[in-house]
Amino acid sequence: MVSASPVILEMRSITKEFPGVKALAEVSITVRASEIHSICGENGAGKSTLMKVLSGVYPFGSYEGDIVFQNEVCQFKDIRASENAGIVIIHQELALIPELSITENIFLGNEPTRFGIINWTEARMRTLELMARVGLSEDPDTPVKEIGVGKQQLVEIAKALNKSVKLLILDEPTAALNESDSQHLLDLIRGLKAKGISCIMISHKLNEIEQVSDSITIIRDGKSIETLDVKADGVDEDRIIRGMVGRTLESRFPDHTPKIGEVFFEVKDWTVAHPQIPDRLVCKSSNFNVRRGEIVGFAGLMGAGRTELARSLFGRSYGNYISGQIIKDGQEITIRNVPQAIKHGIGYVTEDRKTLGLNLLDDIKTTTVSANLDAVSRHTVVDVNREYAVAEDYRKQLRTKAPSVDEGVSKLSGGNQQKVVLAKWMFTDPDILILDEPTRGIDVGAKYEIYGIIQALANQGKGVIVISSELPELLGISDRIYTIFEGAITGVLNKQQANQESLMKRMTSAAKTV
Amino acid sequence: MNAIKQLFGGNTRQFGMIFALIALVLFFQWRSGGLLLTPDNVINLMNGYSYILILAIGMVLVIIAGHIDLSVGSVAAFVGIVVALTMRDWGLPWYMGIVVGLVLGALIGAWQGFFVAYVGIPAFIVTLAGMLLFRGANQLFGKSLTIPVPEDFQFIGAGYLPEIGPNTGYNNLTLLLGFIAVAALIWGELRGRRKSLALGAGVKPLWVTVFKLVVLSGVILYVTYLFATGRPGTSFPMPGLILGVLVLVYGFISSRTTIGRHVYAVGGNRHAAALSGVKSKRTDFLVIMNMSVLAALAGMIFIARSNASGPSDGVGWELDAIAAVFIGGAAVTGGVGTVVGSMIGGLVMAILNNGLQLLGVGSDWTQIIKGLVLLAAVVFDVYNKSQGKPSFIGFMMKKLGGKDNPDLAVATPLKDTVKTEP
Repeated sequence: MVSASPVILEMRSITKEFPGVKALAEVSITVRASEIHSICGENGAGKSTLMKVLSGVYPFGSYEGDIVFQNEVCQFKDIRASENAGIVIIHQELALIPELSITENIFLGNEPTRFGIINWTEARMRTLELMARVGLSEDPDTPVKEIGVGKQQLVEIAKALNKSVKLLILDEPTAALNESDSQHLLDLIRGLKAKGISCIMISHKLNEIEQVSDSITIIRDGKSIETLDVKADGVDEDRIIRGMVGRTLESRFPDHTPKIGEVFFEVKDWTVAHPQIPDRLVCKSSNFNVRRGEIVGFAGLMGAGRTELARSLFGRSYGNYISGQIIKDGQEITIRNVPQAIKHGIGYVTEDRKTLGLNLLDDIKTTTVSANLDAVSRHTVVDVNREYAVAEDYRKQLRTKAPSVDEGVSKLSGGNQQKVVLAKWMFTDPDILILDEPTRGIDVGAKYEIYGIIQALANQGKGVIVISSELPELLGISDRIYTIFEGAITGVLNKQQANQESLMKRMTSAAKTV
Repeated sequence: MNAIKQLFGGNTRQFGMIFALIALVLFFQWRSGGLLLTPDNVINLMNGYSYILILAIGMVLVIIAGHIDLSVGSVAAFVGIVVALTMRDWGLPWYMGIVVGLVLGALIGAWQGFFVAYVGIPAFIVTLAGMLLFRGANQLFGKSLTIPVPEDFQFIGAGYLPEIGPNTGYNNLTLLLGFIAVAALIWGELRGRRKSLALGAGVKPLWVTVFKLVVLSGVILYVTYLFATGRPGTSFPMPGLILGVLVLVYGFISSRTTIGRHVYAVGGNRHAAALSGVKSKRTDFLVIMNMSVLAALAGMIFIARSNASGPSDGVGWELDAIAAVFIGGAAVTGGVGTVVGSMIGGLVMAILNNGLQLLGVGSDWTQIIKGLVLLAAVVFDVYNKSQGKPSFIGFMMKKLGGKDNPDLAVATPLKDTVKTEP
């Protein structure tokens, strides 16, 4: 428990109130020099609010309590003030300008000038230096939109290093990264630690937290519950979850005895080309089937073509269809657009809830009926009373936390938003429901509930396809798992045969091993 | 205060604009020595602005869907000249003239809608082209001359409800219209309330409903009185009647039908709408086409009122209509706006114009003031959004040093910047 290194940051009894809500109540955290300190908590526990207080987004005076950074009480009035002190926050949504080059982004607002003229030679030299430190080997003149998300994250860190950062705050740094990029990023954070830069990390990926953190503060309902020393306390994922939800989750997946029937949905020889690049195939003659009451998982690395497969099946909403058949209930069906797909009983819940799944201006009731508006309409006139009744019914059934169905969906937490989206697709009464990353950005408690909903749907005799990047999740809820690599299906494993290693092997090699 | 908010509902800008409208009316009534609310002036106002308000109905749908239409003035002028010419040269009767105008509007709309929806050209460009195209076509067909329209056609722009029934000293039909409006209002409100109660949905306190009904009925009856007591031969004007019907129809379509829902869905999040099975291209097409049909109607009402179609009809109408929509609470990014809100926005502009005229303010200052009002309305909205949407009244009360009402304080960060009294 006792650490030799000195304390760099202390937040003492921070209380932050919004009208009607106490977002933070007497939260205290202590971060030592050269340590990686993770903050864990469910969505809405107050992690982001705490970081906003620390980085000056909520200025001094709008909260109670003290921030002591490097033995000085700080009163940040804006983000600039905290950056000058050496605290840099990297948000989940990256703040890079896609059209500008790496150099331009790193020096944005901080350009080396002489008589008001930017010294690009110096900027480029320093960029190369910074890029070497974060392990990035690109041409510094490359526009950032041309490098992947993983590398963009590194550019953000380089930008922070350029500001002589002493405490780096990372909000969900690996949420959008694949396995290898995540690993690189975590290694980099460890490297920074060795050079004396402390780091506060917020993440939902508990395995990563366990892997890199020195200490963990758990926040629940706006209060700091406990601080764990990872090595001394022997912390593991279950221990963290226990702290976050305040009880032991017996199991991360509800019990479920599958009632699997005959094959009723089959895809044969499905081949789809990239929408812009005609000779690039995103799905290569894929074959798979789904049985009634079955939960079928699809495992693949990011970019393997999972979403592309799902969306091309869902009314050809992605890519250019080349060949393939969809057979449902023994008959071949032709689906050319989304309305036809819905009519044939296919539903698709997107991985990107905010940009593809929801109209954030809508309220719960309009969202719930939006994919099956005809069912609550007569002669194209919407019956608002039925709409209300339907939405209210699903709200109760799925236990969506909202004061009423008139609440705007933008005000809901990720888990509750996902429940509304699920309600919307359940209302279309699909036979086959495709769920693309159904628990992305959702906290542990809500995940458990979403799994329960998925299982309930399967119990009704529907086929459910679950696409996920989290292998434990797929292993936990799927009855059968297909693996995809570079657009081709490379294998299928039953629940009993599948484990992380066997899946990963098939997700990373084209060798067909059925 | 919360009750007042409940009274009007709607978004904050629309809510604020109702107060602005009331304040403007009272201000000009006072400053002009009672000239604003006279039968003649009210009738003039309705005649002079109904075509802009008709355009605003179409424009709000276009803007909700995330587009813009700059061509409406030119389309109105082109349709006007064609209708005037066909009636003069081919001897078409007035009702056929209207049919020709509406069909032509639909064709123009289909042309523009095709490029916007199916070719994927931004509406700004397509309708900017249309603005030039149809202005030129107006001058080409009309040889830049003024073409008169027959007298029976003039009825749709300059006609009034006829005098029928016993001589009561009022225009009987106007009175009847006013009474029907009040009855419909009360019936609709009570029916909605009963249904909500039956469903177990929350309803406003009864006194709020009653107060709302009393106030609105009072306003309607007063306006009815003004229209019914105009100079002999004048009463509620035809363009006003057409506008009223359109507001009811489009208000219903936009809020209660599937196509209306689709317009909001497409404007709010095009991708999400498409993945929910909304035919977003067809929605875009219909919205753009509808705008041109309404522009054709506005053009015909205008030439009927001014007895002739000319080469510079409709210049600048698109800007008035767009301004009305934005003042009325629509969002530049689409997905937000209401027909009724746009009408309020249009009335704010109309009262400003008319009131300043009554005070003898020149067009130079009138334009400056209108420009500032438009800017202020949108600035207010954007500021609200950046501050997490406080209610209009809550915001005003805080500035006045009033007490905090927790119900009003939706604004979370605003509270941080505004010191509250100990």
